[in-house]
Amino acid sequence: MNQIVPAKRPGTELAAPETQDFVTMLIEGQLFGIPVLTVQDVLGPQKITRIPLAPREVAGSLNLRGRIVTAIDVRLRLGLSRGSDDKKGMSVVVDMGGELYSLMVDSVGEVLSLPSAKFERNPRPWILAGVSSRWEFIAWRQSFWLFWTSVSF
Amino acid sequence: MDDLLSEFLTETGESIAVLDVELVKLEQSPDPAVLQNIFRLVHTIKGTCGFLGLPRLEHVAHASENVLGKFRDGELTVTPSIITLILGAIDRIKAILSHLEQTESEPDGNDQDLIDQLNAVAEGGEAKAEPKKAKVKAEKPKVEIKAAPEPEPEPEPVREPEPEPEVAAGEAHEEAPVRSNVPANTAQPPAVRDGGNQLSAEGPKDSAVAAQTIRVNVELLENLMTLVSELVLTRNQLLQMVRGRDDSEFTAPLQRLSHITTDLQEGVMKTRMQPIGNAWAKLPRIVRDLSVEMGKKIDLQMLGAETELDRQVLELIKDPLTHMVRNSADHGLEPPNERKMAGKPEIGKIVLNAYHEGGHIIIEISDDGRGLNIERIKAKVLQNGLATEAEVESMTAQQIQQFIFKAGLSTAEKVTSVSGRGVGMDVVRTNIERIGGTVEMKSQPGRGSTFIIKIPLTLAIVSALIVECAEERFAIPQISVLELVRVTANSEHGIEMINNAPVLRLRDRLLPLVSLKKLLKLNDDKDAERQETFIVVTQVGTYTFGIIVDRVFDTEEIVVKPVAPILRHITMFSGNTILGDGSVIMILDPNGIASSTGESGMLGGGQAAEATTARDSHSDSKTSLLVFRACGDDLKAVPLALVARLEEIDVKDIEHSHGKPMVQYRGHLMPLLSVDGSTNFRAEGRQPVLVFSDRDHTMGLVVEEIVDIVEDRLKVELTANQPGVIGTAVIAGKATTIVDAGYYLPQAFGDWFGAAAKDFGSSDDSGAPRLLLVDDSPFFRNLLTPLLSVAGYDVVAVEGADRALHLREQGREFDLIISDIEMPGMSGFEFAMAVRGDPRWQHVPMIALSSHASDKDFERGRMVGFNDYVAKFDRDSLLSTIAQTIAALKGAA
Repeated sequence: MNQIVPAKRPGTELAAPETQDFVTMLIEGQLFGIPVLTVQDVLGPQKITRIPLAPREVAGSLNLRGRIVTAIDVRLRLGLSRGSDDKKGMSVVVDMGGELYSLMVDSVGEVLSLPSAKFERNPRPWILAGVSSRWEFIAWRQSFWLFWTSVSF
Repeated sequence: MDDLLSEFLTETGESIAVLDVELVKLEQSPDPAVLQNIFRLVHTIKGTCGFLGLPRLEHVAHASENVLGKFRDGELTVTPSIITLILGAIDRIKAILSHLEQTESEPDGNDQDLIDQLNAVAEGGEAKAEPKKAKVKAEKPKVEIKAAPEPEPEPEPVREPEPEPEVAAGEAHEEAPVRSNVPANTAQPPAVRDGGNQLSAEGPKDSAVAAQTIRVNVELLENLMTLVSELVLTRNQLLQMVRGRDDSEFTAPLQRLSHITTDLQEGVMKTRMQPIGNAWAKLPRIVRDLSVEMGKKIDLQMLGAETELDRQVLELIKDPLTHMVRNSADHGLEPPNERKMAGKPEIGKIVLNAYHEGGHIIIEISDDGRGLNIERIKAKVLQNGLATEAEVESMTAQQIQQFIFKAGLSTAEKVTSVSGRGVGMDVVRTNIERIGGTVEMKSQPGRGSTFIIKIPLTLAIVSALIVECAEERFAIPQISVLELVRVTANSEHGIEMINNAPVLRLRDRLLPLVSLKKLLKLNDDKDAERQETFIVVTQVGTYTFGIIVDRVFDTEEIVVKPVAPILRHITMFSGNTILGDGSVIMILDPNGIASSTGESGMLGGGQAAEATTARDSHSDSKTSLLVFRACGDDLKAVPLALVARLEEIDVKDIEHSHGKPMVQYRGHLMPLLSVDGSTNFRAEGRQPVLVFSDRDHTMGLVVEEIVDIVEDRLKVELTANQPGVIGTAVIAGKATTIVDAGYYLPQAFGDWFGAAAKDFGSSDDSGAPRLLLVDDSPFFRNLLTPLLSVAGYDVVAVEGADRALHLREQGREFDLIISDIEMPGMSGFEFAMAVRGDPRWQHVPMIALSSHASDKDFERGRMVGFNDYVAKFDRDSLLSTIAQTIAALKGAA
């Protein structure tokens, strides 16, 4: 057999049903989470090339070890104001359908392991105005929000 | 070795190896699937042999197939003895193959014994199993004996399969559809095992061809290419880092890495290269079928079939090419009787020509058919509402022709099975542009059409120009960049506004401009006062426009990567890439920019192609002129075509010989002259010199300063009776003295034309009679053309009699023909006879020009039809003769 089959990454099929790991991040003082397995990298401030005519929330593109990553300003995507320039933000690089996106947030926190039992549906009325329904929110009873990026643009 | 044969050997070698294994497997367990595979393989071998004209192989394979067929139909049961027999047949095929490989022909002899046995088995299928078995066994030794004279000894067929072969067989079976050569190699050992000793000699020979070529999955190559592209990028990045640091310990190893990377890149690129002939292989057949179907006689010529280009590109242009050739055959070429009537040979010609040109491949498809029918296109355009009548009226023929690249336009009156459905050229154009190529078209009514396709060699790595706009950098694919123009606040090339649209007057053409800044909605604080901007003159198809950018950097090799899906809707970008310094850069798409400017990409375009067609048409033709200053401040100009080179000589190098200045130039003495005849050169430093050259004579005209090269209509408005001056013309908006190079040449060499030049007198304007000048010397043509036009004639100069006769074919008319006598190809005498022998130009007066002006020549000239005979370069005589002839003509009329 000369065909190389890529080894399956363990855990892509939601390994433990009891708990799920999330990378947490802070936007406007609010805590969000993203499933740890979709996260490729966490980056500090990067040199970003602007892309003219792109949607407002597309901050530009950057070079991550030879791959071109599209940077998304999550603040703008969520309908918030553009972050102040003096604060050096951080980015979480996620893989979506083979394409890499760098989600620019205010800061990135620790990885939390949360019990799936505490998962609750998205409380629709609480969604901020201007947030597209394409972004789904997941709420835990904890005092923070997590958002989920499995839905593409 | 013939490609086809070696491919056949490789393929059959693989099949045979698989067969060995499969047959053994079949013997063990008669599985219908295995049998089916065996049958298919043998059948393929048989078919290919028949096709290639290999009767021995074919017969053996055929007999084996018969037996296998009986197995399949259940008429025969699989027994070891029959399998042995078939394996024997396979071995015979192997032996013949190895002979084929060495000598490229089948060995002598026949296989009747083997075939008889196989047939007997096939026949005996109906008979009882017992006798058949016995028969086979009895005859088996015969196989070996008969096989002995063969170049290779008959190996002992495999009998006792072991577990390993089975594994190999399984693999082979699985991989066969992947068309990988691996199974051939892995499957070989089991076949060899038993007869190992006998076969050891045969083994290596057998696989010689197979070992030279392997089949590799295309995807694997693609992956390899991607990896190499990445490697190139990383290498570039590393080089950028080390650049400027001379003492770095990395320099040496990095240089090596760089070399290896380059070699690797070239190597991998080569694996993807295929001759363009592959894409043409189908064409002769298509053209042949077409010629039969349509009753046309077509001669398809294919030149440069060995030109190689990237496989991916090849795939993408295959269909457009086929389509265009089909179009040429269907629409372009006329039926034989029509061709005869047009005075063309009955057999229409389609010429495909491919060649490399600076990182691109140029493919020309030309036919000598009827050319595009402008009127019909016009009608179609109006009918389909692609343009209004007023628009169409104001368009040039070239612009109208461009409509064939629009969707929904077919000028064929009938929809044939071949073409005419109007879904052709637009798709062709889109396909070619998609791979960063361009397609241009030239067509002359009655003379045929030529399509010129320009495509990049490879899509993986392209050369791009890096520009900056509002402090952002962008890449523009080099293929679409024609030139760069720097515009400063006080330069003569200024950006002008027409209807609020910026334009640039470039060599007297109005070039539409787009501001990249506005286009991309970039805001720049420093926009207000910029000292200089750059214009990237870009060509898309035949539409030329300029992109205004702030700065231009260098060019860089880039690997085009597609943009993220969320950005795909932006048509301005064709991709993005990482530069050597590690930053990401967007690649501009000239097609997208052109279409966003509201240009359809064809209307208002066509300048580029127009320029080439305009060369022949005389009334508004432009001449490149070299503008210089000498002896005074006024501008002087001389047709650029007359100037062989521009040189700067050191005044110290000027020598004098019997009072005349000269300089040693390229191993010869070159006399120097100045415009006013003086010999006062600069005291020191360097002096620019215009070098005139014709055949072996070279002279230098010393000037003060070379100002510019402009392209303009040469219309001499004031004539001067001063030697060495033709007159004054307005060139690039300034009054310029047109210098008569012809005056200076004889001064330098008395024998330049065998006769000394006299000063030139102008003749009366006689309503611009049309003159045709035929002379093989470009110098002489360039010299006479301005002289004659200044004398009030409308001159068309061609380089030979064939060209002149071409013009006749085009229906051009002239009042007078002036022809040189000594010309390569058709001489002036022959030309005169050809002119007189055809009704069209029969009565056009002809004047012969020659440096041999003896009475005998005069006589001969008169005999063949020249009305007059003038010694070359006796300009007075020439002009007076022309004037007289024209006057006589008018008197007669």
